[in-house]
Amino acid sequence: MNGPKTIPVRVAHVEPVTDDVRRFTLVPADGQHLPAYSAGSHVIVTMRGESRVWRNAYSLTTPSGVRDAYQIMVRRVSASRGGSAFMHSSVSEGTRLDISVPSNFFPLARRGGKHVMIAGGIGVTPFLSMLPELARVRARVEMHLCCRPEDADAFTDLIASRTAGGVAVYVEVAGAKERFGAMLADQPAGTHLYTCGPAGLMEGVAETARALGWPESHFHQESFGGASHGEPFVAVLAKSGREVAVTGDQSLLEALEAAGVDAPYMCRGGACGTCALEVLEGTPEHRDFFQSAAERATNCNVLPCVSRARGGRIVLNI
Amino acid sequence: MTIVFNEENFRAPYTFRNSDQAILRFPFPFPEDRYMYSVNIEPHVKGGASAAFGATFDIDEHYVSECRDRALTLERDPLRSQVLDHMDAAQWDTLEMIMESLAADYPEHFKLTRDGDHWTWINQPLGLEQQFVFGDVATLPCPPFEYITRQAQGDYVLLDHRDDNLFMDGGTVTTQADWSLDFDLGMSFMEWHGPVPLAHQAGIFERALKFLLRLQLGAPVRRLNWTMTVNPRLDTSPETYPEWGPDRASITPENVGRKLHLRVELQTLFRLPRSNAILFCVRCYLIAFDELVRVPKWGRRMHRVLGSLPPELVEYKGITRYRQTAVQWLSQFDDGLPTSAGTHSEADRLEEQVT
Repeated sequence: MNGPKTIPVRVAHVEPVTDDVRRFTLVPADGQHLPAYSAGSHVIVTMRGESRVWRNAYSLTTPSGVRDAYQIMVRRVSASRGGSAFMHSSVSEGTRLDISVPSNFFPLARRGGKHVMIAGGIGVTPFLSMLPELARVRARVEMHLCCRPEDADAFTDLIASRTAGGVAVYVEVAGAKERFGAMLADQPAGTHLYTCGPAGLMEGVAETARALGWPESHFHQESFGGASHGEPFVAVLAKSGREVAVTGDQSLLEALEAAGVDAPYMCRGGACGTCALEVLEGTPEHRDFFQSAAERATNCNVLPCVSRARGGRIVLNI
Repeated sequence: MTIVFNEENFRAPYTFRNSDQAILRFPFPFPEDRYMYSVNIEPHVKGGASAAFGATFDIDEHYVSECRDRALTLERDPLRSQVLDHMDAAQWDTLEMIMESLAADYPEHFKLTRDGDHWTWINQPLGLEQQFVFGDVATLPCPPFEYITRQAQGDYVLLDHRDDNLFMDGGTVTTQADWSLDFDLGMSFMEWHGPVPLAHQAGIFERALKFLLRLQLGAPVRRLNWTMTVNPRLDTSPETYPEWGPDRASITPENVGRKLHLRVELQTLFRLPRSNAILFCVRCYLIAFDELVRVPKWGRRMHRVLGSLPPELVEYKGITRYRQTAVQWLSQFDDGLPTSAGTHSEADRLEEQVT
């Protein structure tokens, strides 16, 4: 089985950035180099608590050439399921963690003529690896940061050390269209727009940009991959009656494999169709690119390597 | 594991042959008795259906001779190795990946030591030792991508990922099955696949592109492609067509076994770390028909696949002229018995050499 590879790391340093944001410096636990990565990358950190394991994605904030240490910043979210709280309460210098190999679903458009970045709060993190690279090639950059007034100084310092172009900071609440509409409408053709932050900000910027006719190819939102992750659900295997619980951070295929089911697969990426399973009951949430739109609409089959189920339950003909 | 390297020619006078071990580890591409294009991509993990999948970049007994053949081709035609200016980071990514992999998979033949950016690379089979500064092109005898691909088997292509698309923005291509880097340089994924028949209508390339755009670091993939070549010639490029094209008319019932070769491409795709580009490797394996049929299952299946190949594929793969002769010759190795699914040889020793 092709499982995800992890890198064992040790926390070398923990420092406060703001009241609820901490920066963690991670070094390899076994003396090897960490892989180089491209600006905008993130890692999935596996955190083992007493009663459960969390896996959260965090952007890498150091310039991408550095291979002896990575840095991430974690905001303690009070309403979270606990991963960020765990990072703040139980992770300190010397703690060992496992991280994934870096993944990038938010790369720089290097050949872009101009780059406009809109960050909200902790969403500033992916831009911290992007700005130095853009500065090195003297690209045209506009950095916009929306944050709480008490966080403005700390975040602006992080940005200022990475770019010569300055940053526009907004600390009052305002709608995206009202705040950014005119600025976006004024941009030259060929400008790339990047956004990362709370859902409300990202949706507002997306709506505003699209209404202005911004081309999709030049509009980038951070989505921490997890192409096959989502709400947990139960898969019932009709032939045996067995029930397989699929957690939020594993694919349906991975859950079947973990339950000892010998499910066929090939590409594990939604493209080849080898893993397709017949659906007897329930509604798939299709994320593949193998089936046609018409085939997906029948909901007769599901590709478990990437797709999931709506409504908490699905019955498969296996 | 130490490899003994052959001394052989991939151009007239041809002296290429596979040892018994090379035949048994050949990446046979047909899992069924009929062949059609598909998105036959799988994770590039060590092991699997063929021993040729045992290393990240496979090195075999033909390594030294293939590198020599590449050097000859590049001397005649430098345009076979080109990289566009914006792909600098991808060049160094490639050098790092190939050096690290070869040193890890074949420690008895390759060694890499690093002191910060000061690297020392030793390639024993080719008798090379190079000290250089990673990132500083002035410390290498030629640009990094060309430097390292001259020391690896197979063709290497750099794909820039931008605008939700992939662009062929660099490569070293000297073992290709009739396509031209110089012609394709700068083209997008759909553009360079333009000539392939049937696959576009079947939606193969659309799915493959979406899949590849999501390719992640540390999770490479592979697939097999195939065609046929008369004589064990690596340089079957459009540029040198006058040299090898006429060979297609030279197949007779007497020489099929020795002259006609199955040419399999092990295509591997790797996300590159700093550039976020994709490295596309096309590793070419040749096997003469009289070597191939020493594995009974492969002899039977080759007869059936070739006999049932759609006309568009026969035409596109350039095998029209000799296909009937080849099918006729192969029929003596097909007793009609069922063949098992999958590509595995099902043999641990070979049948006697056919005269």
